[in-house]
Amino acid sequence: MKNKIIDLHNITVAFDGEKVLDGIDLSIEDGQFVTLLGPSGCGKTTTLRIIGGFISPDSGDVFFDGKRINDLPAYKRQVSTIFQRYALFPHLNVYDNIAFGLRVQKVPKNEIAERVAEVIKMVNLSGFEKRKIDSLSGGQQQRVAIARAIVTRPKVLLLDEPLAALDLKLRKDMQVELKNIQRQLGITFIFVTHDQEEALSMSDVVVVMDGGKIQQIGTPEDIYNEPVNAFVADFIGESNIVDGIMIEDNLVKFAGQKIRCVDKGFGKNEPVDVVIRPEDIDVVSPNESPLSGLVTAVTFKGVHFEAIVDVDNFKWMIQTTDMIKEGQEIGLLLNPDDMHVMRKSEYSGMFGDYSSFSDEMDYISDPDYVEDEESEEVAEAEE
Amino acid sequence: MRGISKAYMVLVMVFLYAPIAVLIFFSFNAGNSTSVFTGFSLQWYKELFQDEETLSALYNTLVVALLSSGISTVLGTAAAVGINKLNKWMKNVVMNITNLPMMNPDIVTGISMMLLFVFAGSILGSDDVLGFGTLLIAHITFNLPYVILSVLPKLRQLDSHLVEAAEDLGCPANKTFFKVVLPNIMSGVITGFMMAFTLSIDDFVISYFVSGPSFQTLPLRIYSMTKRVVRPSINALSTLIFVSILVLLIVINVLQAKDEKKAERRRRAAK
Ligand SMILES: Nc1ncnc2c1ncn2[C@@H]1O[C@H](COP(=O)(O)OP(=O)(O)OP(=O)(O)O)[C@@H](O)[C@H]1O
Ligand SMILES: [Mg+2]
Repeated sequence: MKNKIIDLHNITVAFDGEKVLDGIDLSIEDGQFVTLLGPSGCGKTTTLRIIGGFISPDSGDVFFDGKRINDLPAYKRQVSTIFQRYALFPHLNVYDNIAFGLRVQKVPKNEIAERVAEVIKMVNLSGFEKRKIDSLSGGQQQRVAIARAIVTRPKVLLLDEPLAALDLKLRKDMQVELKNIQRQLGITFIFVTHDQEEALSMSDVVVVMDGGKIQQIGTPEDIYNEPVNAFVADFIGESNIVDGIMIEDNLVKFAGQKIRCVDKGFGKNEPVDVVIRPEDIDVVSPNESPLSGLVTAVTFKGVHFEAIVDVDNFKWMIQTTDMIKEGQEIGLLLNPDDMHVMRKSEYSGMFGDYSSFSDEMDYISDPDYVEDEESEEVAEAEE
Repeated sequence: MRGISKAYMVLVMVFLYAPIAVLIFFSFNAGNSTSVFTGFSLQWYKELFQDEETLSALYNTLVVALLSSGISTVLGTAAAVGINKLNKWMKNVVMNITNLPMMNPDIVTGISMMLLFVFAGSILGSDDVLGFGTLLIAHITFNLPYVILSVLPKLRQLDSHLVEAAEDLGCPANKTFFKVVLPNIMSGVITGFMMAFTLSIDDFVISYFVSGPSFQTLPLRIYSMTKRVVRPSINALSTLIFVSILVLLIVINVLQAKDEKKAERRRRAAK
């Protein structure tokens, strides 16, 4: 087993009396790509800032390579940060930005030149050495920020939503590049995002957070296939989450039916949440399955159809390549390993029901959407 | 309507600048009179630069202006950094305390400072404290708020993540100030210095009270010249002061305009 490079023990942080981090325990192995994933305001940036040394926890301990570093100031930590908005020095050119850390550490001049040249090549910025920061595009500034952070050879690199400001195409390219850089350097990356796809595709370990607490830590596969509660199941991908009762090992009852499953270790007749991923459901004719319902909406998504099915007044989402139509009665067939049974949690009943689901929902139900544009227009008119 | 507003503008300009125009005009008068123009000459300027008292006053003015603006720039910048770190409520209190002396009539500031200096002098057992030292202290005092006011907005605009980024790269706090903070607030510091320098050259009322007979600045020199026979060399000296102040103000404005353009460009680049 590799050694633990970062160890957070029961970290608590409050701002103005409000708990922002609530008992965070997190061990990170050397050389891993770890992603902190969670909705806005859940405490991701705060967790990074604890590790970087920019805030000290109200209680709890921070260990680096086995040593407690609660009181070690940021400038003495072997950790580098890529900030949410890059924070490049506007008064310095690209070369001087990248060389900053080495100059501060009084590295000999010729070694600085060598190391800067090396990272500039690594992030594909050759020829930009003399350019001013404000003459660079967002993507180029991003690369300068990466180069500046890795040239000092930190043991851990903290990245706070480094790709959030980039457009989709550039974002995908940078995901691959970052992953390559991490492999090349072999150092630990702690990466923050609220994009679940990004988290799943890049990480060795995903840490799902909500409300200042860690909900689940695991490999991307674990997080997707075995979410611990309704929050994680809903946040990572699409999922139907229904109330159920665990009759006995390998037998769960939901939607009025007893169905075979592969989960065990629950109490007899324990109330549970059952997660079924939309892509795991097979569409059959109604008499071939105990579960059946009426299709109320169908959307063509390219690779598959996405349909909302009303089963006993609970709306399910299914994804299928079979041709189905609105108003059709269909059967839903589930294999034992299509279901994942979770203990009840504070999140039970809050997620996983598609009764109010619509593609346009996010934008229609956003009250700020129209207002924003209006106020922008007003602001422009005033200028 | 437009005609009226134009005429109004012209009138205002005439009232504002007519006295100065007349003064400049007569500084080039060949004759001795301050009311009849007899021809162009530079003789009054020549006379000025041969007058020892005027030259020493010029020297004093420059020394006091440079020293007081330099010292108040250092103190004011340090104060601004401190004020910027206060919470909102404390910041308001401190800023009001700082701004108050600027609102205070110069004559009140002048007299109160004189009283303080004389009082302090009497405690130290001296009855002749007024002079270079007291003048310098007074100038530093009235310059300070202007420096603070021109540096503080630059500090507020500074991205706080820049400081963290420097620390992150291994730079301790005091080094970060010189390597990251100062270069990014430099335009405010320079503006503050120039403003302090200008105010210091310009000041008459406060200087009048806190300086003794042994130490004269140019504005004091002009005043003492008017008390004797009024010679046209006063015009020449006043013209020179007016022109230097004008140049300084233009430089300050150009610097500020340049800086705003730069900030605008950065804002656009950030988007
Ligand atoms: N300096 C601060 N003072 C007061 N509240 C703060 C401060 N910093 C963060 N918070 C609050 O703490 C909570 C968590 O903030 P944090 O920045 O860690 O969230 P995040 O997960 O990074 O969110 P996002 O995805 O929007 O960046 C938020 O509710 C935020 O308003
Ligand atoms: Mg954040």
